[in-house]
Amino acid sequence: MSSSGLCKRIIPCLDVANGRTVKGVKFQNLRDIGDPVELAIEYQRQGADELMFLDISASREERSTVFDLVRSVAEHLSIPFTVGGGISKLDDVKKLLSLGADKVSINSSAVQRPELIAEIAAACGSQCCVVAIDARKVVGSQTLDSQQPLWDVLTKGGSVSTGLSARAWAQKCVELGAGEFMLTSWDADGTQEGFDIEMVAAFSHLPIPIIASGGAKNPQSFVDVFSAGQADAALAASIFHDGLFTVNQVKTTLKNEGITVRLC
Amino acid sequence: MKAESGQGSVDLVTSIGGNLGSVARSLTRLGVKFNQVDLNNPPDGSRPIILPGVGAFGAVMASLRQGKFDQTIKALVQAGTPFLGVCVGMQVLFDSSEEAPGVAGLGLIKGRVVKYTEGKVPQTGWNEVKAVTDKNGNDDNRSWPTGFVYFVNSYYAKPESDEVTLYEANYFGSFCAAVSTGNITAFQFHPEKSGEFGESLLKRWVSNVV
Repeated sequence: MSSSGLCKRIIPCLDVANGRTVKGVKFQNLRDIGDPVELAIEYQRQGADELMFLDISASREERSTVFDLVRSVAEHLSIPFTVGGGISKLDDVKKLLSLGADKVSINSSAVQRPELIAEIAAACGSQCCVVAIDARKVVGSQTLDSQQPLWDVLTKGGSVSTGLSARAWAQKCVELGAGEFMLTSWDADGTQEGFDIEMVAAFSHLPIPIIASGGAKNPQSFVDVFSAGQADAALAASIFHDGLFTVNQVKTTLKNEGITVRLC
Repeated sequence: MKAESGQGSVDLVTSIGGNLGSVARSLTRLGVKFNQVDLNNPPDGSRPIILPGVGAFGAVMASLRQGKFDQTIKALVQAGTPFLGVCVGMQVLFDSSEEAPGVAGLGLIKGRVVKYTEGKVPQTGWNEVKAVTDKNGNDDNRSWPTGFVYFVNSYYAKPESDEVTLYEANYFGSFCAAVSTGNITAFQFHPEKSGEFGESLLKRWVSNVV
């Protein structure tokens, strides 16, 4: 039994571009499977605790469609949601929040200019500042005790290796006022072989919540990332979009394993 | 008379930033009409008042004190106008907060606001609230349902009297998640971000007072 009633959170992630969901979504009961609002409502119905919208629009013009999307999602949804992807200016953060987003997620722009974290925290509060960290294990690294970084921070959608230690970067983000981490393992992402438990556990000492991302395969993956990985929340896309499992099925398994979740 | 024109709607305080938008959107989903009130367009007591709030206790109080708007609100609540506080809108009902030493709250409920000393802070996520009925024998509370609601808070209220506590939840110890006393109700959590259950609580309050 946990000494707190706080629930572990399940967060479906929707990749959007030009205001539409990308990645194949295979629900049979949705008329228009490309409509992110309709999909969001379906996930809320399934018991999602929060939602993440990741804007992967290629151009600046396409990216402006995210503002209309946020307004529409906020009208329809009664659970919190985060918006990420291409956010680099405080003005954009303020606009997204005023349109109804609860949090924003920043990634490469924070690595390039860490003060952005402090600016968001000061102007809007730490609670709305999610720092996404994409990381990959450094080949040959062994233990947490060694001086050498165990995980390397990646930017630009995983394409650039910064040489920055992910644990050191995370510590700096906390000092700057980050409110949560979304930790994506590029060793696990897309593999559907389970979350990167080793990596997630290595960040569990931090004083802000960890959202684990990448690799979800089945309900047991979530059990593992919450128990052994000590994550506070877990994010997944494919296993929900493909209709392999519903959010509610994952949560039922978690509850049966003694993990505190919200069933609705 | 204003009292008649106010039938069926509520006054939503907009003079402070934060979650005003989400509460307004939630009221719209519930079909509840609302008027935006602030220093220049103050409430007159003909409609129930909702005070939402995200941010720091000190900043919210500083904002409310501009033009003595805090005194307007306080006088109306003391005169019996139904009042709902949400998040920091609950905390400012108390005398003081550890978040802003030396800053006086509205003082409508005796007690102070303190910081969590265990666990990750802020508490972020869903926690289960249970209506407190045993300690104070308040049967009115019994009908408030148990359920999960969304919290984002580093601080929580410690009322001097147990009798005002409506809901309790557990974050490394039991804490006061909502209060109800006389014409005042307040939620530390965000009913407008707590799915169907949260909106049912908002709806319940509205149907009790409108």
